[in-house]
Amino acid sequence: MDRTGARPPEALLEAAAPARGAAVAAPAASAVRIDSLGAWYGARKAIEGISLAIAPRTVTAVIGPSGCGKSTLIRCVDRLHEVTPGARVEGRVHVGDVDIYAPGTDPVAVRSMVGMVFQKPNPFPTMSVYENVAAGPRLRGSRIPRGALDDLVERNLRRAALWDEVKDKLGRPGADLSGGQQQRLCIARALATDPAVLLMDEPCSALDPISTYRIEELMRELAGDVTIVIVTHNMQQASRVSEWTAFVLAGDDGIGRLVEFDATEQLFTKPADPRTEAYITGRFG
Amino acid sequence: MATTAPESRPRRPPTRGLLGGASVPDAAFRAVALAFGALVLALIAAMVAVMVQGSVHAIQRFGLGFLSGTLWSPNDRIFGALPFIYGTVVSSLLALLIATPIGLGVAIFLVEMAPHHVSNAISVLVELLAAIPSVLLGLWGIFVMVPFLQRTVEPALQAVFPGVPLFEGAPYGVGLLAAGLILAIMIVPTIVAISRDVMATVPVAQREAMLALGATPWETTRRAVLPYATSGILGAVVLGLGRALGETMAVTMVIGNRPVISPSLLEPSYTMASVLANEFTDATYDLYVSALIEIGLVLFGITILMNVAARLLVRRTARVSGRGER
Repeated sequence: MDRTGARPPEALLEAAAPARGAAVAAPAASAVRIDSLGAWYGARKAIEGISLAIAPRTVTAVIGPSGCGKSTLIRCVDRLHEVTPGARVEGRVHVGDVDIYAPGTDPVAVRSMVGMVFQKPNPFPTMSVYENVAAGPRLRGSRIPRGALDDLVERNLRRAALWDEVKDKLGRPGADLSGGQQQRLCIARALATDPAVLLMDEPCSALDPISTYRIEELMRELAGDVTIVIVTHNMQQASRVSEWTAFVLAGDDGIGRLVEFDATEQLFTKPADPRTEAYITGRFG
Repeated sequence: MATTAPESRPRRPPTRGLLGGASVPDAAFRAVALAFGALVLALIAAMVAVMVQGSVHAIQRFGLGFLSGTLWSPNDRIFGALPFIYGTVVSSLLALLIATPIGLGVAIFLVEMAPHHVSNAISVLVELLAAIPSVLLGLWGIFVMVPFLQRTVEPALQAVFPGVPLFEGAPYGVGLLAAGLILAIMIVPTIVAISRDVMATVPVAQREAMLALGATPWETTRRAVLPYATSGILGAVVLGLGRALGETMAVTMVIGNRPVISPSLLEPSYTMASVLANEFTDATYDLYVSALIEIGLVLFGITILMNVAARLLVRRTARVSGRGER
């Protein structure tokens, strides 16, 4: 495999990051393009100077020890970081060709083009399985005819590999499903708004191995039409599901920075940075 | 995740009767706790017994007719409680109708929108509102609210809804509307404080899940936070209702104290608590006293009935909304 050819054209290592001028010309070639991203919680800086470009319809894993800011990183791509009181962001993020932190950009519009799956399954407990999946499309204002909504719910439950298990209990509360099923329901819910990018924040950390396996399998299938970015503390999982891996590490100052971003195979077999090697061989973290 | 096996509880000898604990302090603690628990039941039983005994006279004389009788005439020795039941229920429901949207609105603002320091400051003020003695509210009602109602609000209502029975009659100022408003002011703090606490416990993950789907802040509140908090909010409303049903002083000062049943909110009315407070000292003969005590019994019964109904309602919604995190 020609490794250099396999890298996305914008795969910026941190060293190459200050190419800020390039970001303005919003290259549509990458699904997500992050430039010099920094994020604060109040006075505490969580991440700094992170730049990377994510190729469309791939699975990209973000790995790193706990507290390195990897969740913060992907929450910035959905403009969810700023929901936390006192939180703010610097730098630029493009999703497709939309500059999501441009002054005129509506965070609500950003969040409807980017899907998010959270660490713990969080279906809406007062809604049925059906209503959970329909929740996003129903936010889009105009009334959707019942038939179209039925189709949409079925299609997305199928995409989340859950249809066969729930097709007879669409009216039951979403919270009645098992943990793994709940998480797939959350995936179906996120997919139902047809996002270009699906962010997953340690989606399997609360699940048993079989449920984890099914979700990993699902990610591989979904990568055909959605760009997936998954945060995981599980390096085996990163190597199983992703084509690209970003390694984030907090320095002595507690601020997370991108150490290395490369093809997953490359990063796990021939890491360029000694810190990456130390982490993947289990010497810390 | 956290599936703690039920077997993993600390070992304990099987319970041998209520006082069969392992050690002396344990047994003593059990006995004391049991005694206090029983005390509550004994108190309620004693209250019911005393009230039933006290009202035997009136019960024998009027039977169920007491509840449906519309005439209250101590001079003629005729006692019917319906006007008081009507006044209590209507003024309380009116208060609920006014206070629930306001209280919920304030709670949503405090939890979902206001910055921390603003939210804290307003919370303190709202709780202060609950601490105002009801006689002061009644005084304010008489000197400020009632004249305002009489001169401005009631004529305006009649002008806007001419001929509507709800707003017919001479604008006295005092009456059901004034009572409902004063009660609303008194129960808003209860509704605010409890629904605020309930909404604050809705997991961040629920809000974020809705936001991540592209919901606006209002949609997030309406579709994720409120449904999740429904049973708690209902609980808040029920507590407010309980307070409104039993409130005496402020209502007595503004309701007009006339035992009539009128569809108009502008007409004077009377509540069960008010008639008890007003007439106890005037009750000069046995049947009068007995009738007043029976009013107390009825108020007690209605309060319990409302509470049971509300509990059933809360439980039914809790079965749906409480299923979030297990």
